[in-house]
Amino acid sequence: MSDLDTQTRDALAELLLAMADDEFVLGFWDSEWTGIAPILEEDVAMSSVSQDEIGHAKALYELLAGLTGDDADKIAFGRPAEAYRHAALMNHARTDWAFSIARRFLYEHADAVRLESLAASSYEPLADLAVKMRREETYHLLHFDLWLRRLAEGGEESHSRLRGAIEALWPDAQAVFAPLAGEARLVAARILPESLEALRARWLERVTERLQAVGLAVPPTAGSPEADGRTRRTDEFAWLHGEFTMVSGSEADATW
Amino acid sequence: MVAVASSRNAAVWAALAEIPDPEIPTVSVVELGVIGEIDFATRPEGGERLRVQLLPTFVGCPAIEVMRAQIGERLRALELADEVEVVVSFATPWTSERITPEGREKLRASGFAPPVHIGSTFSGDSLTVLSIATCPYCASRNTALENAFGPTLCRAIYYCADCRQPFEQFKSI
Repeated sequence: MSDLDTQTRDALAELLLAMADDEFVLGFWDSEWTGIAPILEEDVAMSSVSQDEIGHAKALYELLAGLTGDDADKIAFGRPAEAYRHAALMNHARTDWAFSIARRFLYEHADAVRLESLAASSYEPLADLAVKMRREETYHLLHFDLWLRRLAEGGEESHSRLRGAIEALWPDAQAVFAPLAGEARLVAARILPESLEALRARWLERVTERLQAVGLAVPPTAGSPEADGRTRRTDEFAWLHGEFTMVSGSEADATW
Repeated sequence: MVAVASSRNAAVWAALAEIPDPEIPTVSVVELGVIGEIDFATRPEGGERLRVQLLPTFVGCPAIEVMRAQIGERLRALELADEVEVVVSFATPWTSERITPEGREKLRASGFAPPVHIGSTFSGDSLTVLSIATCPYCASRNTALENAFGPTLCRAIYYCADCRQPFEQFKSI
């Protein structure tokens, strides 16, 4: 697709970076459960899900690198914390199990809506990847829908912790659909077949239905996501960034 | 010319059939279905390039670079083209339906339940197959899913209530 004009290419690069950073940062947060998840089977599952996300991030960074002529590893590990473009949902530390499950539930459905739409993207390499990623994400969706139910219906403590986490994360979850500077251009070129606002409406419908089904109140939504939903960063993320860049940062351009 | 081309292709497929999957070495990369299209093309700078599509089972499969290196090395040794390029591709999505009948049998013989057939469509509903697995040791259907996520991205963990063995299934995807 070398026939993309510069502005459309920049807009596509912005979309790819946003998606890749979502998967990359969430993959790192949840990989922290390896060894300390509440049950052994979940230890294996959360590790596997996190590995899927890092794999998706790698494929997206490679698409981006192919587009801009950069190196995928450099994009992944070579940026300062403030240059990451993940949604504010991924700014928070893993906290407790209910918090991590609440985030996964909110994110998996957002990602599903996004991938379903991108499967029809006019940018073929992205459409191909979206089709493949959707098959894997289907397992994630089922898994975290089940966990949502387990915690919501498990007992008073798990229910109240989950409810608190959903309420705390709700505003930042909207930021997965925060506007991109080049969005109009992407929609016009059918690279992004629908607006992010249309995708958010679909996501809202799905998570509302599932939350209500397990007796959880849907927090109020204060209009469209804020423009800085993918640019504001936290100290918690700055800490994580220090962790995941520690090895690559210790020896520039090392190979092994 | 056609005969020459087809005998070269046959030589490539025969060589690929001898390359084991790095994680389940009883199955070849051909039986696993991870080889997409192969073709010989004339390079702009002269000479010929053999191009092989490699279709990852999972996007994040860590074995993919090992496979790519092994395939490249093996095909270069055939000296059928001036250049061999192994391209990781998602243009054709790998699905568990791509595993050949021989591959399925070898999986079973080495203690992995083969994936349940899911047909050409795939959605959350298709994953009702998660509850189905035949024990590779005793062929019992009296089995239960322990974990949809296993020790590698492509495997799930089950337990056989008859022979009391845990076992893994190659995931339907």
